Amino acid sequence: MVAMNMIQALRSAMDVMLERDPDVLVFGEDVGFFGGVFRCTEGLQQKYGKRRVFDSPIAEAGIIATAVGMGAYGLRPVVEIQFADYIYPATDQLISEAARLRYRSGGEFTAPLTVRSPYGGGIFGGQTHSQSPEAIFTHVAGLKTVIPSTPYDAKGLLIAAIEDDDPVIFFEPKRIYNGPFDGHHDRPVTPWAKHPASEVPEGYYRIDLGKAAIVRPGDAVTLLAYGTMVHVALAAAEEAGVDAEVIDLRTLNPLDIETIVASVRKTGRCVIVHEATRTGGFGGELSALVQEHCFHHLEAPIARVTGWDTPYPHAFEWEYFPGPKRVAEALRQAMEA
Amino acid sequence: MALKRRTKPATGAAKTPSVEQLLKYYREMLQIRRFEEKAGQMYGMGLIGGFCHLYIGQEAVVVGMQNALSLGDSVITSYRDHGHMLACGMDPKGVMAELTGRSGGYSRGKGGSMHMFSKAEHFYGGHGIVGAQMPLGTGLAFANRYRGTDRVSVTYCGDGAINQGQVYESFNMAALWKLPVIYVIENNKYGMGTSVQRASASTDLFERGAAYGIPGSQIDGMDVLATHAAAEEAVAHARAGKGPVILEMMTYRYRGHSMSDPAKYRTKEEVAKMRTEHDPIDLVRKRLIDGGLANEDALKAIDKEVKDLVTAAAEFAQESPEPDPSEVWTDVLLEA
Ligand SMILES: Cc1ncc(C[n+]2csc(CCOP(=O)(O)OP(=O)(O)O)c2C)c(N)n1
Ligand SMILES: [Mg+2]
Repeated sequence: MVAMNMIQALRSAMDVMLERDPDVLVFGEDVGFFGGVFRCTEGLQQKYGKRRVFDSPIAEAGIIATAVGMGAYGLRPVVEIQFADYIYPATDQLISEAARLRYRSGGEFTAPLTVRSPYGGGIFGGQTHSQSPEAIFTHVAGLKTVIPSTPYDAKGLLIAAIEDDDPVIFFEPKRIYNGPFDGHHDRPVTPWAKHPASEVPEGYYRIDLGKAAIVRPGDAVTLLAYGTMVHVALAAAEEAGVDAEVIDLRTLNPLDIETIVASVRKTGRCVIVHEATRTGGFGGELSALVQEHCFHHLEAPIARVTGWDTPYPHAFEWEYFPGPKRVAEALRQAMEA
Repeated sequence: MALKRRTKPATGAAKTPSVEQLLKYYREMLQIRRFEEKAGQMYGMGLIGGFCHLYIGQEAVVVGMQNALSLGDSVITSYRDHGHMLACGMDPKGVMAELTGRSGGYSRGKGGSMHMFSKAEHFYGGHGIVGAQMPLGTGLAFANRYRGTDRVSVTYCGDGAINQGQVYESFNMAALWKLPVIYVIENNKYGMGTSVQRASASTDLFERGAAYGIPGSQIDGMDVLATHAAAEEAVAHARAGKGPVILEMMTYRYRGHSMSDPAKYRTKEEVAKMRTEHDPIDLVRKRLIDGGLANEDALKAIDKEVKDLVTAAAEFAQESPEPDPSEVWTDVLLEA
C-alpha cells in the first residue's frame, strides 16, 4: 500500500492495465507527451511508448468514434475527454454507436471502451469546465456510468471499467483529485494523505461495477450521493447532528438497488444529493426507484438536493454548488417530516 | 485568390501606412498587452477566478484584422477573447469586470473570461468549446447575406481547433453557399500542451479549405502591417460576394495556455526568442522611431494614456458590485 491522491490512483490503474493487457491503449487530447491537463497520464507514454499512449487532435467525436471501432476489433481503448463539458460533440457516437453495437449485432460485437473524463464543479470553471452530465448517459441503455469518490475506489473501479466488455463512462470528480472536499470552500484544502482511502495497493485489484459502499452507517435517514457529494454528505450529516446512513453509489448504471432499498427500509427516510441540475437529473430516477421499492417504509417525502436548473454560473459558484448547509437543511427537514 | 504561402504582405496590397495608422496600431496593440498584463496580475492576486486565457503576443492579429473591417462586420472567436473584444471597441471596464465576476461585466458575471458578447460592437462572443464558434460564424455570414447587407463575418479559431470535425462542415457550407466569411486561424503553434506537429497531419493550415475551393494564405501574424494587408484583401473578396477566405496567422502566445500551465511542452529559449526578436509591438515601435515618424515622447504619451485606461478598468472591476445571487436564475430562458 502507498498513499496516493486520486490522480496517482487513476494513473496507477492505467499503468497496471497497460502492463497486463497489450490490447489496452490510452489516448486523448494532451495525454501523451504532455501527460494530461490534470497529469493523470504523466509518464505513461515514456513507459509504454507512443504506439500505446498517444495524443489525439482536438476532436472529441473522432476520439470516441475511433475508439468504438478499435473496440469492435478487440482492442480496449481508454480515452480521455479533457473535461466532461467537452463530451457533447461525441454523444452521437456514444449513444448511436457505442451503446448499441452489442444490441444491434445480436451480441456479436461490443465496444469495450472506457471514457475517462474530469467532471463536476467547485473549481471556478464556469459553464464549460464544471458540468455534471451523468444523467445524459444514464438515460441511454447500453452504457455504464461510474463515478468514484476516493483514490482507492478510483483505481479499483477504473480497472474494472477497462476490463468490462461494454462501454463505460468514467467521470472523475476533479474537485477531489487532490483531496476530499466537503464543500467548505472557505477552509484550507485537506490532502488525500490524511484520508484512509488514500491507501492504495500498487498492483492489480478491482472493485466490481454495480456495488455501492456504505460510507457511514446510520439509522435515521438514508443519504444517497456519489463523487464529490459523498464528502459533502458526510460533512452535512455531522453538522446536522443526524445519524444518516451515507451511501456512495459509485456506479449509477449498473445500480446497486439492493443496498439502497435495504437502507431506506431500515431508516424510512431518504435524501438524494447530486451536483448536476435537478430536472431530469439522476436523483429523479433514484427517487422513483426508492418510492417503487420502499413506499410502505417511507416516513417522509424523498428529498433532493441538487444544482439549480441553470447553466453553471461564473460568479455564483457557491450559490450553485449544493454545499453542506443545503444538505444539512434537507436532512433536518426529512427528520421533522 | 488562391492558396498562398507567404510571410510578407503581398505586393500591391501593402500600402505604406500613414503615421496616424501606425500610431493607431501601436496604441491598440499596447492596450491589449497592458490589459492582459493587468488581468494576469489580478488573477495572481485572487481577484479573478476560474479559467483565463491571455492573448499576449498575438496582438497584431486582431488589430490588423479589425482595422480592415467596417461598421457592422461581425466578429466571433474562442475563449482567448480579451484582445478581440478590445479591438472591436468594447469597453475595457466591462471586460475586466466580467473577469472579476461583477455586475458591471459584459455578461453581468455569468460568463467570465471566456464568454462575453456585445451587440453594439457586433461581437458574437468568446466561446469556451473549442471549434464551436466556426459554424456559428458561418451562420452569421449567412445571415449577413440573407439580409442583403455587404457585411462580412470574421471567424477566428486556433491551430488546435482546426482539427474539429465541425470546422469542415462549416468550410463546405461556406463554400457551397458562397458566404462572406473570413476564417482566421491563429496559429500560435500550440493547442494547450500539444504542438501543431503532434496534432495535425498537415501543418499548413491555410490549405485546409483547399478541398472546398476556399482560398487560403499564410501570414506573418507578428507583423501588423502584414496582417492588415491580408485582412484588406480577404475582406474585399468576401464583401464582393466571392465566398469564404482562410487566413492562417503565424503567431505566438507568450504566456501559458491558461493561468495554470506547467509549461513543460516548450523551452524558455523558444519563448524568449519570440519575445525579443518578433514582438509585434516592438516592431511597430521600431518602425515609428527608426523611420523618424514619432519620437519617444509621443510614444510615452500613448503609453501613459493606455496605462490610465487599464488602471481605470481594473479599479472599475474591483468596485463594481457583486451581482445579486437572484441573478443565478435569470437569463436561462426568457422569463416565464
Ligand atoms: C470541445 C473542447 N475540447 C477541448 C477543450 C479544452 N481545450 C481548451 S483550449 C484547448 C486548446 C486549443 O488550442 P488552439 O485552438 O490552438 O487555441 P489557443 O488556445 O492556442 O488559442 C483545449 C484542448 C475545449 N475547451 N473544448
Ligand atoms: Mg493554438
